[in-house]
Amino acid sequence: MKQITTPITDAAIRDLKVGDAVALSGMMITGRDAVHKWMIDTFIKKTRPPQGDDLQVYEELKKILDGSVIYHCGPVVSGLDTKEYKFVAAGPTTSIREEPYQADVMKHFNIKGVIGKGGMGAKTLKGCEETPAVYFHAIGGAASYIAQTVVKVHGVFKLDFGVPEAIWVIEVKDFPVVVTMDSHGGSQHAVVETASRKVLDDLLAR
Amino acid sequence: MRDLTNEILELIRRTSSSLPPDVEKRLRESIEKEEPGSAARGALETILKNIDLSREKSTPICQDTGTPIFYVHYPAGWSTRKLKEQIRTALAEATKRSYMRPNAVDAIYDKNTGNNLGGDDFPYVHFEEVEGDDLTIELMLKGGGCENVGRQYSLPDNSIGAGRDLAGVRKVVLDAVHKAQGQGCAPGILGVAIGGDRGTSYIKSKEVLFSEMGTRNTDPKLAELEERLTSEANEMGIGPMGFGGKTTVLDTKIIGLSRLPASYFVSVSYMCWAYRRRKLTVKGGEIIYD
Repeated sequence: MKQITTPITDAAIRDLKVGDAVALSGMMITGRDAVHKWMIDTFIKKTRPPQGDDLQVYEELKKILDGSVIYHCGPVVSGLDTKEYKFVAAGPTTSIREEPYQADVMKHFNIKGVIGKGGMGAKTLKGCEETPAVYFHAIGGAASYIAQTVVKVHGVFKLDFGVPEAIWVIEVKDFPVVVTMDSHGGSQHAVVETASRKVLDDLLAR
Repeated sequence: MRDLTNEILELIRRTSSSLPPDVEKRLRESIEKEEPGSAARGALETILKNIDLSREKSTPICQDTGTPIFYVHYPAGWSTRKLKEQIRTALAEATKRSYMRPNAVDAIYDKNTGNNLGGDDFPYVHFEEVEGDDLTIELMLKGGGCENVGRQYSLPDNSIGAGRDLAGVRKVVLDAVHKAQGQGCAPGILGVAIGGDRGTSYIKSKEVLFSEMGTRNTDPKLAELEERLTSEANEMGIGPMGFGGKTTVLDTKIIGLSRLPASYFVSVSYMCWAYRRRKLTVKGGEIIYD
């Protein structure tokens, strides 16, 4: 298993291939549906003017995300009353919903990796080649197990999006993932989709 | 009437953190079918470690604690209004204790209520009066990832040559499994309803998931189709998490309903491997959890 710590260099990303098992460590953020839409609308396409603390959060995110990773995750967090936050359960959410946004978000913030589940499509794969970046697949549903690798919650932005949708700034140690989309155009998801489509066609013809 | 708030809270804790033994058994058996060192096998190994850890620490198996679906079977004399209040109180408390993630989001204003209570229909509670003295409360937690890959077909469906018969049903169910790929957190369990209107068809496709793994329909024709669908779905090689592998579907459960002459719906509810369902029985003064 390869050990990789954020921030990640382009050379380290180019070195990764589909099928590589990786133990990830370092700082990263969580971000899912609301966050991606907010990033695109407010800072990338600029169809919505910044409001409240938007610009301040944006400056912070630029620093954290440069060379780092975004994790598609809506965690269960304890300590909401005392602000002594702890991740209780934190598996990945389905990534394909971010397909319209992900490539642009990756390029804008120089994000080197996306962690999620279920894989993503052609637009994100192209984004992985160009940025460069990779897609790290975590084990869906393995929430207690993954939460144990979150050694510290450094803070939270946009808690008004709700606990699952907020931007949690976390530090992880040996978070287990598998590269299923690399920066050379390889996608395990495309391979499985095509192979299973062939079997389906045979089954439907029976 | 006895107040069951604390007992329901315990039911929620158990459902969220302790996978039922029949599901765990199937997952353990399927590990042996995957190649040593493969991503598929690795996924199943992590899943099993997570099951143990969640049970030991009383933490959610999956952070998506899903839609809470309660089925209450009550003898005459119980107040369903009070039971519903108790269920809602217990659910809010379970959320405070991190057994549940706050999961009710107002669809119009995008606001998370923070306590898992969202209008009259979140959580979903179904009541049915039964004969006898025992009251049972069953709870299923169904995550959003697998809910999103559920599908409903109106037969005939010419795009895949599915007619209005069981051969057509077979085709659309296989199509649904293919379209889901790994996104429903495979290996999954299929709940299939044939017939009904659009609403009842979907509801029954979930209700059938309350039955134990391996329970076959009493109609031999449907029992055979259940077995065949599980086996053929696995031929597709989608595998755990969609990594590729032998284990894509663990079981299939079918229910046949009445339909209108004009309609022929097939609804497929995909349940992820984190197949969380538990039951609480009030038997006289005794409380039984299983």
